[in-house]
Amino acid sequence: MNAGMENYAIQLENFEGPLDLLLHLIKKNEMDIYDIPMAAITDQYLTILDAMKILNLDLAGEFLLMAATLLHIKSKLLLPKMVEEEPEEEEEDPRAELVRRLLEYQKYKEVSQTLERQPRLGRDLFARAAPQPEVLEDTEAGFVAVGLYDLLAALRDVLKESPEQLVHEVNMEQLSVKDRINVILSSLQGQESIAFVDLFSGGIKRNELIVTFLALLELVKLRMVRFMQNTSHGTIWLFPAVVLDETGDLDIIEDTLGYT
Amino acid sequence: MDILELTPLVEALIFAADGPIKAERIAEALDTDQAEIMSAIEALEVDYAERPRGFFLQQVSGGYQLRTRPEYADYLRRLGHSRPFKFSRPAMESLAIIAYRQPVTRSEVEYLRGVDSGSVLKTLLEKRLVRILGKKDIPGKPMIYGTTREFLELFGLSDLSALPTLREFSELAPEEENGAFMANLPLLVDEDGLTEL
Repeated sequence: MNAGMENYAIQLENFEGPLDLLLHLIKKNEMDIYDIPMAAITDQYLTILDAMKILNLDLAGEFLLMAATLLHIKSKLLLPKMVEEEPEEEEEDPRAELVRRLLEYQKYKEVSQTLERQPRLGRDLFARAAPQPEVLEDTEAGFVAVGLYDLLAALRDVLKESPEQLVHEVNMEQLSVKDRINVILSSLQGQESIAFVDLFSGGIKRNELIVTFLALLELVKLRMVRFMQNTSHGTIWLFPAVVLDETGDLDIIEDTLGYT
Repeated sequence: MDILELTPLVEALIFAADGPIKAERIAEALDTDQAEIMSAIEALEVDYAERPRGFFLQQVSGGYQLRTRPEYADYLRRLGHSRPFKFSRPAMESLAIIAYRQPVTRSEVEYLRGVDSGSVLKTLLEKRLVRILGKKDIPGKPMIYGTTREFLELFGLSDLSALPTLREFSELAPEEENGAFMANLPLLVDEDGLTEL
């Protein structure tokens, strides 16, 4: 037991997870992957887990789960074979799934090392950092649809601008998503587009900000507006997706939005 | 247009583009058909290969981009302009699994790695190397993930079929020294170690 600990204690942090550790143990002991001696491997694995506890390493749940799996397989192997009534229905070796996972893991571990060595932009190869070409604002050409992450990043940015209020204020004013939708629609009237950040300008409070954002999401869902940006990290613009009529107001039943 | 005229023109467009540029876009801009553009691109490739140039034409993410030759990497790094992506082993493993298995769910990644991969996945999403492709039509509707255009650009791949071949194992591979993985990384200018991401 002690000898085992000396061998392993140093390298623990090098293992990605229980599969990685098991692969190492099997190879190190030159075990046959298709006939893993469960008693031996379980013992070694548990020894290492003990060592981790002594070293006070944060023992990830995955390592414990694997310990339980190993013990389970070991106990299954120890059970006397049932005399099968129907011998054609052959039971799979309890170790089979583990073997498959180990081989599969090995496959991805190896290819991730290949990928790591692949010539990489910014590390091995360099390209010119071209200046952003000037954006023609009156055209949608070259615009791309905004992804969820860009939208969330934009929300995070505007939230940063509007610091959390430390004093809680009881506010009678009802902020309505429906009203906000109509405000946004009317400001879009006669406009080609509005910049996302402009919707949140002028020292807007956090609760207003959230309502505005919700209103925007509703509008996107209703397919009334579209978010577009010129480059994959560029400014987000709001475009009307339908022709907005002059009188404007959208007849939304507030209840259907579910914010009340 | 004459190929001798066309070739430097195509070169100019590729040079000025702010990322990999597709042959069809060049064709559109020059009002020429794509076959001619392709022969101009081939001429450029031959030209760059024959003469000592600092850069070459790489086929990336469906387009073409001028990139410096890998053998000059050490010198270019000295300029210190770039902030290269650095990958920890968990990040690289997860990225590899997503690249080869996409569309893939988080729990599939975790099953293959045997380790919780939530935070690694989040980082990969933030670095735009991975994106959400949608939801899987199974109970719980988990998100499915795939790699991005940025992923192809970073690793200089023309498309996903250009990924290194996945080797099937029916036996155990000889053990690669643990830690050799990190040691393979060239030294980077930054001092904050190599274990980020």
